[in-house]
Amino acid sequence: MGEDSESPKINHSFLRDYVTEADVISTVEFNQTGDLLATGDKGGRVVIFQRETESKGESEELGESGEYNVYSTFQSHEPDFDYLKSLEIEEKINKIRWLPQQNAAHFLLSTNDKTIKLWKVSERDKRPEGYNLKDEEGRIKDISTVTSLRVPVLKPTDLMVEVRPRRIFANGHTYHVNSISVNSDGETYLSADDLRINMWHLDITDRSFNIVDIKPANMEDLTEVITAAEFHPHHCQLFVYSSSKGTLRLCDMRESALCDKHSKIFEEPEDPGNRSFFSEIISSVSDVKFSHSGRYLLTRDYLTVKVWDLNMEKGPVETYQVHEYLRSKLCSLYENDCIFDKFECVWNSTDSVIMTGAYNSFFRMFDRETGRGVTLEAWRENSKPRAVLRTRRVYTGGRRRRGDVGVDSLDFTKKILHMAWHPAENIIAIAATNNLYIFQDRVNAENQ
Amino acid sequence: MASIFVVSAERFIPLFPRLACQGVLLGCHPCFRLNMFSKGTKRKFSDGDEEISDESLVGARVASSYSLQRQSLLDMSLIKLQLCHMLVEPNLCRSVLIANTVRQIQEEMTHDGSWHMVAEAFCSAGQSPSERLVATEVLCRSREQDAEPKLFSVISYEGCREEEVVADETLCSVSVSDTVSNVCLAGRIGQCWEKSELSGVERDEEALEDSRLGSGEDEEIDTKDRASTESPKTIGQVFGTFEIKNGSPGPDSALEELFSDVDTSYYDLDTMLTGMQSAPKMGPYDILDSLAPSHSSPSIVSTPNCRSDLNELDHIMEIIVGS
Repeated sequence: MGEDSESPKINHSFLRDYVTEADVISTVEFNQTGDLLATGDKGGRVVIFQRETESKGESEELGESGEYNVYSTFQSHEPDFDYLKSLEIEEKINKIRWLPQQNAAHFLLSTNDKTIKLWKVSERDKRPEGYNLKDEEGRIKDISTVTSLRVPVLKPTDLMVEVRPRRIFANGHTYHVNSISVNSDGETYLSADDLRINMWHLDITDRSFNIVDIKPANMEDLTEVITAAEFHPHHCQLFVYSSSKGTLRLCDMRESALCDKHSKIFEEPEDPGNRSFFSEIISSVSDVKFSHSGRYLLTRDYLTVKVWDLNMEKGPVETYQVHEYLRSKLCSLYENDCIFDKFECVWNSTDSVIMTGAYNSFFRMFDRETGRGVTLEAWRENSKPRAVLRTRRVYTGGRRRRGDVGVDSLDFTKKILHMAWHPAENIIAIAATNNLYIFQDRVNAENQ
Repeated sequence: MASIFVVSAERFIPLFPRLACQGVLLGCHPCFRLNMFSKGTKRKFSDGDEEISDESLVGARVASSYSLQRQSLLDMSLIKLQLCHMLVEPNLCRSVLIANTVRQIQEEMTHDGSWHMVAEAFCSAGQSPSERLVATEVLCRSREQDAEPKLFSVISYEGCREEEVVADETLCSVSVSDTVSNVCLAGRIGQCWEKSELSGVERDEEALEDSRLGSGEDEEIDTKDRASTESPKTIGQVFGTFEIKNGSPGPDSALEELFSDVDTSYYDLDTMLTGMQSAPKMGPYDILDSLAPSHSSPSIVSTPNCRSDLNELDHIMEIIVGS
């Protein structure tokens, strides 16, 4: 079952005509060097891929195409049961975030709806041999048989990857955790649920600070929830969180302990020409990401991605239409709940290209310099190794070209919600249901 | 009267997307509502002035189509809210967005003035309760409100004893501040339903009250008995109406199956929004199964839960009161 989601380019799941629910990938994340790629799925498992370097130990040439192969698989979260509320707690991994590497081991945070765990991923490729008191199998030797002493030596063995839980941050959240973000100070991280944001210290599991609380005194008055949150990449006192009403709030933890009052609020005034009953729903921000520079914010709402300048609160500086052709279909999408899908968005390494997912296994990339967008498809027919992705188009009028897809033939069950971009190179990882696609841009690799 | 329709048509029709409702969930097609609604509309026209110009007639039709679509959207939203009750872990963001949509429709309908008109059309049409979706329950209730134009009314439970701290604000909130005390639940339900089924109401009203008390031990205990504010408490009221719907028996057994066994511990909003209930995990397909004509579908929630909760609650209350 798990093998199918592990092979990045070739997957055999087309042999089955159904998708095992537990294999659906729910989060994708590169580590800070891009050598490791972690995916979490609905079954609570985490699969880590490692990039193979063709010349291990030597410096890589730019444009070296290392393939990603499975490095480790482990069960991160188990299904749980909240006895007080008589509710099941899903084991689905909502987010994975890597910690900056400090020693030979790698650390990552993974979270489901309620509990965040810190995992240590370490390698073992040597083992001690030549004990005096134990034999090779570990059995205690009979002392009378020991005639001489020797010093145990480390001998190389097959590489073994060990994953151990180091911290379990439990009972911090009443509502469902939607985001985690590691702080640039390397010591703390935040976790956000629908109504609250907590800040944790990586070493302390029995306490966390509540830094945002938007729960109203009377739940009847609840009209807005937190949808995503992230720390600033450089300033450890700043973080941003987005809401279901389409607002972004930048908070400074130096101002007060409880950051209910924002430092800045980013909100675009509603376009009266486009107003409908669905205006609020489609304005709900599903993901927010700081640019690598820390100067810009990228947000995704249902129909667009927007780039905001931290210095300008009155509106985004750039808006890109992801699938404007869906605007006339909002009622159907509301009925089948697709309007509530939460798409992620990502920056490339230089903050010049942004990417987000759509339906029908399509994903979109926008070049910020030219303002142009391109539609690509993550589909197994394209997954022959080294095949070039061809651009796709959704037919919205005018001259119909070959290969255009009509709006009504879009498959709304094939949604690209989760994705990641390599921190340094043009390598992207796209999660399409239970398949993981890794695409590399060979052409532009030399330009980095 | 006709001119109002024309204005609203111009304002809204270009903006409102064409509905493609398939009505999968409950098998109640929008056309069903269409028939019911157009009946009322036709009556109005025939009763009204015969010299209606063609223009305003067309405008009125367009406007009524918009109203139909809006009504469909309202019904769909309420169904979604109801259904997300049933699932073990309702997505709070989704629930809030749907509730906001409902509120928005409600506000617009108030401004249009079509709210009361629709309410009258339904209530006077004498439909049996089971054929009405939850929305209609709401419509009927609004007629009972005296003071503010409250569109969704709360279950006012002014018989709250001081010790019964478990009943939360939703239930204790007063629609009009100094109405006579002990306006009990039964009275409200009874007033609303003009036709028979009153016996059914009373039978279930008891269950409702018991269940409400039973739910108390899970929620935050709040002794404040707040009077309601002027602004309609949409979420509370919207979810408040679901409990009334529980009590409706009727020929449509599919709806009956759906609502009759629902755990009424979602009286508490917090409970509802955080999904605290003893309902077993059900996916959307389970709900469709339970709607099948066959009556052999298992009950969604076992009602004995409420009874045992009540006993435990009595015990707890004794301790708190210090007897």
